[in-house]
Amino acid sequence: MNYDVVIGLEVHVQVATATKLFCGCPNRYGEEPNTLVCPVCMGYPGVLPVPNEAAIRRTILAGLVCNCEITRLSKFDRKSYFYPDMPKNFQISQYELPLCLKGSVDIGGKGFSGDELPSKAISMTRIHLEEDVGKLTHLQFFSGVDYNRAGVPLMEIVSEPDMASADEAYAYLTALKQAMEYARISNCDMEKGQMRCDVNISLKPAGSDEFGAKIEIKNLNSLKAVHRSLEYEIERQAGILDSGGTLEQSTRGWNDDAGETYLLRRKESAHDYRYFPEPDLMPIQVSDEMLAEIRSAVPETPAARRQRCEEEYGIPAYDANVLTLEKDCADYFERCVAAGGPAKTISNWIMVELLRELSQSDTAIADCPVSPENLAALIGLIDKNVINGKIAKTVFVEMFKTGADPAAIVKEKGLEQVTDSSEITRFVQEAVAANPGPVQEFRSGKEQALNFLVGQVMKLSRGKANPQMAAQGLKDEIERFG
Amino acid sequence: MEPTTNTDFDVAYIADLARLQLTDAEIAEFQQELDSVLGYVKLLSEVDVEGVEPTAHVVTRNNVFRNDSTRETLDKSAVIDNAPESVNGDLIKVPLVIGEEADGVA
Amino acid sequence: MTEDKKLVQRPKPGTIHEAAAALADGQTTSVALCEQLIERSRAVDAAINGFRQLDAEAILRQAERSDARRTAGQEHGPYDGIPVALKDNLAVTGESCGCASRILEGYTAAYDATAVARLKAAGMLCFGRTNMDEFAMGSSTENSGYGPARNPWNTDCVPGGSSGGSAAVVASGQALAALGTDTGGSIRQPASFCGIVGMKPTYGLISRYGLVAYASSLDQIGPLTADVRDAAVLLDVVSGYDDRDSTSIPTQNGNFNQALDNYDIGSLRIGVPAEYFNVEGLAPHVRTAVETAISAYRDAGCEIVDLTLPTMKYVVAVYYIIATAEASSNLARYDGIRYGARASTDDVLETYYKTREAGFNKETKRRIILGTYVLSSGYYDAYYLRAQKVRTLVRKDYTDAFQKCDVIISPVSPIPAFRCGEISDPLQMYLMDIYTVPVNLAGNCSISVPFGTHANGLPIGVQLIGDALQETKILRAAHWLEGVGN
Repeated sequence: MNYDVVIGLEVHVQVATATKLFCGCPNRYGEEPNTLVCPVCMGYPGVLPVPNEAAIRRTILAGLVCNCEITRLSKFDRKSYFYPDMPKNFQISQYELPLCLKGSVDIGGKGFSGDELPSKAISMTRIHLEEDVGKLTHLQFFSGVDYNRAGVPLMEIVSEPDMASADEAYAYLTALKQAMEYARISNCDMEKGQMRCDVNISLKPAGSDEFGAKIEIKNLNSLKAVHRSLEYEIERQAGILDSGGTLEQSTRGWNDDAGETYLLRRKESAHDYRYFPEPDLMPIQVSDEMLAEIRSAVPETPAARRQRCEEEYGIPAYDANVLTLEKDCADYFERCVAAGGPAKTISNWIMVELLRELSQSDTAIADCPVSPENLAALIGLIDKNVINGKIAKTVFVEMFKTGADPAAIVKEKGLEQVTDSSEITRFVQEAVAANPGPVQEFRSGKEQALNFLVGQVMKLSRGKANPQMAAQGLKDEIERFG
Repeated sequence: MEPTTNTDFDVAYIADLARLQLTDAEIAEFQQELDSVLGYVKLLSEVDVEGVEPTAHVVTRNNVFRNDSTRETLDKSAVIDNAPESVNGDLIKVPLVIGEEADGVA
Repeated sequence: MTEDKKLVQRPKPGTIHEAAAALADGQTTSVALCEQLIERSRAVDAAINGFRQLDAEAILRQAERSDARRTAGQEHGPYDGIPVALKDNLAVTGESCGCASRILEGYTAAYDATAVARLKAAGMLCFGRTNMDEFAMGSSTENSGYGPARNPWNTDCVPGGSSGGSAAVVASGQALAALGTDTGGSIRQPASFCGIVGMKPTYGLISRYGLVAYASSLDQIGPLTADVRDAAVLLDVVSGYDDRDSTSIPTQNGNFNQALDNYDIGSLRIGVPAEYFNVEGLAPHVRTAVETAISAYRDAGCEIVDLTLPTMKYVVAVYYIIATAEASSNLARYDGIRYGARASTDDVLETYYKTREAGFNKETKRRIILGTYVLSSGYYDAYYLRAQKVRTLVRKDYTDAFQKCDVIISPVSPIPAFRCGEISDPLQMYLMDIYTVPVNLAGNCSISVPFGTHANGLPIGVQLIGDALQETKILRAAHWLEGVGN
């Protein structure tokens, strides 16, 4: 039987602020346990929260990036449940009046599995801001808690059940991640828990109006896990339905090693969160001025930038796509162009040489030792025949190592191209004299023989001869004695 | 005031939500006492609150924020010393989280 | 009774302002002051149980440092070296902060409450931790995890609550003054029961940072003092804006002490709400005390304004819904995981149950259950939301009243101190809060000043209520009435 798949995502994204949501503890990952805490985030008796304005503004920015309506009068609520990773046994969250409502994210292009995805807008229900909880480590006979993460600003981004395949869910998450990274809202490093995902999936007979049992898969910690778990779950559920079985509402976990989901609990247990307005916090009023200020920080969307780069710089669609995947990369490219390099040449250098060096050294482009101005200068040296393309690659490797200026490296290592015709003539004559065979072949019309002879000239010049001048010189020399 | 019985009010269920364990005698006692209190507070149902905004704060100022700047953190030893039990002075030790609650909620 | 009479004698100097003068004149030292109080405490507190903890050694060390500052001419203002007792729900770095609850046994505060930090900045000393109803829930200090406190006027009677320990130690001369907290009358009612002055300032005037929350939208720190001037002095020290409390009011620091030097009492309009005198169970002597006070104000030239507060009959219901709801959430954190006492088991749920069963007393559990219920799914609108709406109407009643008068006069409690164990029905106990809770619901300020005595010899307090941030008016009205009473 054919089924329609209905998928909705609940994504938690940490906001990349300097400090936590309600106290001044650093918002950092990877520190020694229980060292980034204070009485407030430990929930000690008597403490009070004071909200971090930067976290609120970035959540509003997230809403703007995702085309949400921004709630002009928003507030915090308490959500009660007991759990050892939650210092107060209530979480300060937003229930009634979240900061952002009703947004959408566009998806399209090629899906993760390689199939074409039709262009489509995935609707969002809301984005609200809340405090993250601590981290529980389960040991053999007991558990341990590290509260460093407790109180980190966390956005909960809830989609409508608008996705119909694992590919669409993957594309939505990718687009969301890219949007958050572009606007500098979050680093979205899923390995560090900066972005976490729960999915809801149900199957119904194709064309039917009745929804099937909703099954939730919790704690998916990579994009791939989201895709794999959904593919697995679609097949599992279809199998049960095909064999006449029924599905019931339940929550499942994902075993990444085994590649399968497993039952956590049947039915959504009747949680009673006892939400009520947080009495310790005042409402948030988003004025026109505040909204305009935040709006001015909305970056160009990745799609718009891709298109602009293609049109403005005349680079191929493929190049534009690669260069704009990351905002930092697109910024780098545009700074190179602004520094005076030809766009397509720059694009080639970034896509081949730069991205290779970055990936080999595990460096982010923002921390790239080669400044965009220096890369443009390097390309300028080739154009001005100061060095040839081959030498330039060696110079580039040196630049990446030391961060030095290309002209300085060329000068220091004596890599200037030889363009003095008398010097080149000397190498040409030497090459012709030493290689009578190939010279004869060229005379009899074998064009490739010239390449060999140019190679010999380059060898003699230790790579520094201008290749065009060498070729011309060889032709002239052979003709003269022809 | 005559004590009123509030049949909707189930002490045992509510106590469980609040993670309070009560003896049967306490359940019976609280049921009777709180039925009486709830019977009393029902008198609010006679108030016309049509169109009245709820008061969550007596003083309302919007946008009371702090800057995104760091403040002092606690010494780890203070955190661990206050905890009833720890794992090697590093993590705060808790009994195993098992069963229904195992996956948390947030 | 003769034994008890001795308990309310106060050594001299008996007030902050007298002690400040004596220190300034070199007639006494901080060490001498503290030694005298500690000695008094050793003599009488066994009968009163007003202090949960009094670390004489640590206090005397602080006093020595203060005396050294004064000798060097480097004292931090006129009150340097003056000790103030603190209710057990105010955080002081390095001290326990147990809220008189067994569940916080072993917990050491790692920070100072803002009010405490301000006391310290003025050179004042933290003088012990006073007994209270557990987590400030109660009107008698019988709900303490460390035994009930007693009224120094008659140790068969309660000192009131929840700041009963603070009131009792000041009344019995074991402390010059104390800080307490007032969520629904917890400063004013014990002050009235113990014959001292107790003040609940406007919500937001004193930072709540470091005050262990009972009901966040109602809690306020305030002074319990031997006289009205001391209340003004302490208010000057501890009030003011705090960026660690989002509900703190940005105000200019008042000069409340100076406001008592010179004023015209006749310019105050005194409001008398009819509803206050129709309360069931209002003791005749209490009624007489308030009526006598009204006559005195009238004779002094004050305009007496008849008022009506139609929501009066709802305030106890509104209060007990809102306060318990907030409390159920505020007290969820006491689970034995991060601090305090833990009943160890090998399952986390079981640990929660056992820890909270052993750690909380009956009244705390009762209020947590009530509060959990009124917030629970399906009942929120009928109870909590409705109570918040009626709270709006209560506030409106007071706003309207303060258009017509400056100070509202009322009893503090319908009856004076009752006998220990006399009131066992929770609802009956709650209904006694009728005069004090509306002030917290409206966020206004109010002061209880001793005025008259009951036939049984116990003190009676009169309450003077002011609009938000009108502390000066009620302090002046109380200061004047205190002069009449003496």
